[in-house]
Amino acid sequence: MTFMERIYLPAILKGMWTTLKHFFRNVFGKTATLRYPEVKRDFAPVYRGWHVLKRDEQGRENCTACGLCAVACPAEAITMTAAEREKGEENLYREEKYAAVYEINMLRCIFCGLCEEACPKEAIFLTDRIVPTDYVRQNFVFGKDMLVEGVEPEKRIDVKVRQKHVTEKK
Amino acid sequence: MPKVTIDGQTIDVAEGTTILNAARQIGGELVPPAMCYYSSLKGSGGKCRTCLVRVTKGSEKDPRPMPKLVASCQTMVMDGMEVASKSDPSVVEARAGVTEFLLINHPLDCPVCDQAGECHLQDLAFEHGKANTRYEFERRTFEKIDIGPYIKLHMTRCIMCWRCVYTAQQLSPERVHGIIGRGDHAEISTYIEKSIESEFSGNVIDVCPVGALTDRTFRFKSRVWFLNPMDAHRNCPACSGKAVVWMYGDEIYRVTARKDKYGEVHDFICNTCRFHTKDRNDWVVEGARDIDRHSVISQGHYAENAVTVR
Repeated sequence: MTFMERIYLPAILKGMWTTLKHFFRNVFGKTATLRYPEVKRDFAPVYRGWHVLKRDEQGRENCTACGLCAVACPAEAITMTAAEREKGEENLYREEKYAAVYEINMLRCIFCGLCEEACPKEAIFLTDRIVPTDYVRQNFVFGKDMLVEGVEPEKRIDVKVRQKHVTEKK
Repeated sequence: MPKVTIDGQTIDVAEGTTILNAARQIGGELVPPAMCYYSSLKGSGGKCRTCLVRVTKGSEKDPRPMPKLVASCQTMVMDGMEVASKSDPSVVEARAGVTEFLLINHPLDCPVCDQAGECHLQDLAFEHGKANTRYEFERRTFEKIDIGPYIKLHMTRCIMCWRCVYTAQQLSPERVHGIIGRGDHAEISTYIEKSIESEFSGNVIDVCPVGALTDRTFRFKSRVWFLNPMDAHRNCPACSGKAVVWMYGDEIYRVTARKDKYGEVHDFICNTCRFHTKDRNDWVVEGARDIDRHSVISQGHYAENAVTVR
């Protein structure tokens, strides 16, 4: 080693300079992180998050509990129980059969989107919403109360942007 | 013993064998599909026209080809006959046409239908059908009828194969239902919605190739691919007692007769076995049923019995 290398000072200063560069950049300049949840990052248009069970224009549930999403699911996260539509429930369910219970275990789900692809009734879609955190495992089993969108126009969940990008990609 | 060649494969069959049965003795891809022919029902066949084949050489004595495609379930083999099944493009095209005709009035409600997953029309449409429909008119619809407490008749899905009529005729002492009306208006009926009360009436559910006749005790309970089909038997005074129990865990969701690989039942089971014995303790479960790995029923569960680790 030469004398300059043996005193180590240039190397120490060089390393210190790198550290300080990042320090000043974080304090005065642009940071790499965001202050979530106050600030939210833009998602990719094809982001796959929290599922939604859609209703049609008349507010009837699209899902007919055919079970194709459950059989397509590689993580076996979806379970359902079907029921027959009674007379007078035509405004609630589109088909003569509907899902009385529809559950997705969000801890099992790998958000691959195969359920969305398998669905013949355009009922299930993945959205850009993040699944909320929780302390209890049981709360990650999302039932119809967490999945079905509301009837009112302001409670509807728009999947058009994502669908446009997904179909364009194909 | 007549010698017959089907798609290049030669076999010696007994006198009076139909081309379809000769093809089934060879097996494989050349077996024509059959929606109405049912080997254990006398007189069945010749209605759906899905089993069309081309006879390229009539026989050794008369080698002229048959002028038109023939229904293989009704045509007997002759010595030296040569038949083209799936290898002939005209046969494939004709079957696609027949499938299109069968699907003209058939509703697209597979997600709702209980037969989905074990439906012969689904298989046929998958193999021979076309992706789009050219039919622009309103489809024929009927009201759903309950034939007795166990069977639901959904005429909209019916393809007029007559299998259930033959079943009712041949398994029960008196004829209880048939086909009324002609042509487009034809429908399976019990005439004034009389219930079928024979002890073997439940077999019409098994012979139905589509979801027109379904089990009311299993209606919308589950989908066939969520259930585990298990061979099981019980001591039954009325029938052979050999059946398939469709289980979910330790629960029996439904009971059907054993179907062979062409979807045909040879040991018909009685209504007591089918509808009333759904307790696990009533049956001696022999083991998992062998399901073709291409079938959706084989999805999502193991073919062999899993060993419980304690």
